[in-house]
Amino acid sequence: MKHRTFFWFVLPTLSAMILFIALPIVSVFIQSLFVEHEQVLVVSESCGPFGCNPTTTVDIEATEKLREEQPLGRFNGLGTYFDRSHLALADIGEAWATSESLGEFWSKVYNLPFYNALTFTLAYTFIVTPLVLVLGLAIAVGVNNLPRALKGLAIFISLLPFLVTPLVGSLILFWMVDGDGVIGATIQRLFNDPTLSLKASTPLMWIMLMVYGVWHTLPFSFITFYAGLQTVPEDTMEAAQIDGASKWQSMIHVVVPHLMPLVSFVTLMMIMDNLRVFEPIVSFKAEAHARSLSWIIFNDLRESGNPLYASAGATSLITIIIVVILMMPVLVRTWRDFTRKSH
Amino acid sequence: MATKAQSRMTPLKLFSFGFVALWLIIAAFPFFWTFWGSFKVQADFLSKADWMNALRGTNTIEQTGSAFTGAGYYGAWIEEDFWFNFKNTGIVVFFTVVISLTFGTLGGYALARSGFRYAFWILMAALVFRAMPHITLVSGYLLWFFEWNVWGILPTTIIVLVAINQPFTLWMLHSFFKNIPKDMDESAMVDGCTRFQAFRHVIVPVMWPGVITTGLFSFLLAYNDFTVAVMLLSEENETIIPAINSFMGTTQVEGKVMYAVAAVVSATAPLFVLILFFQRQIVSGLTAGAVKG
Repeated sequence: MKHRTFFWFVLPTLSAMILFIALPIVSVFIQSLFVEHEQVLVVSESCGPFGCNPTTTVDIEATEKLREEQPLGRFNGLGTYFDRSHLALADIGEAWATSESLGEFWSKVYNLPFYNALTFTLAYTFIVTPLVLVLGLAIAVGVNNLPRALKGLAIFISLLPFLVTPLVGSLILFWMVDGDGVIGATIQRLFNDPTLSLKASTPLMWIMLMVYGVWHTLPFSFITFYAGLQTVPEDTMEAAQIDGASKWQSMIHVVVPHLMPLVSFVTLMMIMDNLRVFEPIVSFKAEAHARSLSWIIFNDLRESGNPLYASAGATSLITIIIVVILMMPVLVRTWRDFTRKSH
Repeated sequence: MATKAQSRMTPLKLFSFGFVALWLIIAAFPFFWTFWGSFKVQADFLSKADWMNALRGTNTIEQTGSAFTGAGYYGAWIEEDFWFNFKNTGIVVFFTVVISLTFGTLGGYALARSGFRYAFWILMAALVFRAMPHITLVSGYLLWFFEWNVWGILPTTIIVLVAINQPFTLWMLHSFFKNIPKDMDESAMVDGCTRFQAFRHVIVPVMWPGVITTGLFSFLLAYNDFTVAVMLLSEENETIIPAINSFMGTTQVEGKVMYAVAAVVSATAPLFVLILFFQRQIVSGLTAGAVKG
């Protein structure tokens, strides 16, 4: 294909991606360098019978005007990145110096908003992803052994939690496990403890969010592995059987290695999707117990009337960097595959 | 062909069947429960006293005189104008899918037929873009959309969703076009077609299976989107998913929770129908990227 034709073919898609994905990243960076204007203060003297007092008032008009003229705010350099709501290096240094044990240090760091969200996001990603891989494979093997007529039905039912809107899916679960819901109320009665509720307990909330994560993404790994199982070579399976391998042994030594490329594909997709965990936190009203990176960006932008663009921008950029770092192994592998193919 | 040894019931097999059955119950039960409960009153659906109330509809009978009530649906669709949100979603989804697929087919075809190094870089960049949390991009738009006065309207959201959708569409259609033999369009070009004519007359007629599969996923992305719509649409242009969320925020009053339950069931119904009709295409689309590498 000639360069010229190629250019015209990719022009629409490329301009969409540049304008609405690449440029916003640049914009996020620029925004993060500025902070909101301070309010314009006017000091005036009010004199009464007992002498003069200086009073400070906010000049609303001037503040508005300033905001209108320079919507980005005033330049702050990398300041936002290192302030208390983001990387908070100063606070970490202080916590390190004043803490006596590692546990104490950690609990201080955990109280910083950015690290709090980072902890939850990473914990969510790295607990849900392996669970989904293992359970997905187990279900795929089970469904593969089902009679033909039941396979279609099993896949149909499994697709529901995956394709349902995340916000809706998590609401459906939330209504069931909430203190008044069918599961929540039953658990309270079983343990005879009316305080046992999601809203009151951080560990329970974390567990429920992760249960939702597994419920929602399990079908994806199950279906991918199921498709992979259809391509396991019969001959190798038979050979393993003749050599005396048990079902379990041929599973571990034949099937799993055959599915390895799929495992890395599913892992990649899972990491990408789990890192952006957001909707369940909104649905579960979990913000008191669990916040993700996406959620704190959302919260900054939601700041009523006056979105904190700088803070949201800084968190966004740090998030993007984390995403790229976590994807590095895959990118490097794809690059190697490509150069091998082209030579 | 199943041999005797393969069809024998072993404990391992029994365990794996049990496991599948357990999963299917966990997967389906919440939907069934919510659907059933949407025809009850709140005192039954969220019954602290006894969950059997939800099955028997004790309070529903007491309050409405019958075991099933459509009050939640009436409240959501008529009183809270949920149909209006559905109309907005319809517009957003339709245009997002059509524009995404148009851009995606052209781009995916060019990338599949081009061996240039920069074609590879475009795909790599698309992969990274695919991984970005959508909210990070939204935080880049918001200020400018306010400045240019295009915040809150449907076209803005459609364009943003098209762009966010492009990386996925490109990868999917790229791997699909790779499977269409090069000879087909190249022989058309030997016969004197331009590249675009070859695409139009040779490739377009055979591309529909791939385009339909990709379209299903574009549909799902646009339909399920919450992050973009909640930040970029004003209240009068809300689509269904943010609307459900604002039901939850504003309707803590007794009885109004059922509006949200009814809205949730209404929002899930189209997806249910979609899976019913397109199960095969969805499954093949999910695995397309994986199996072809």
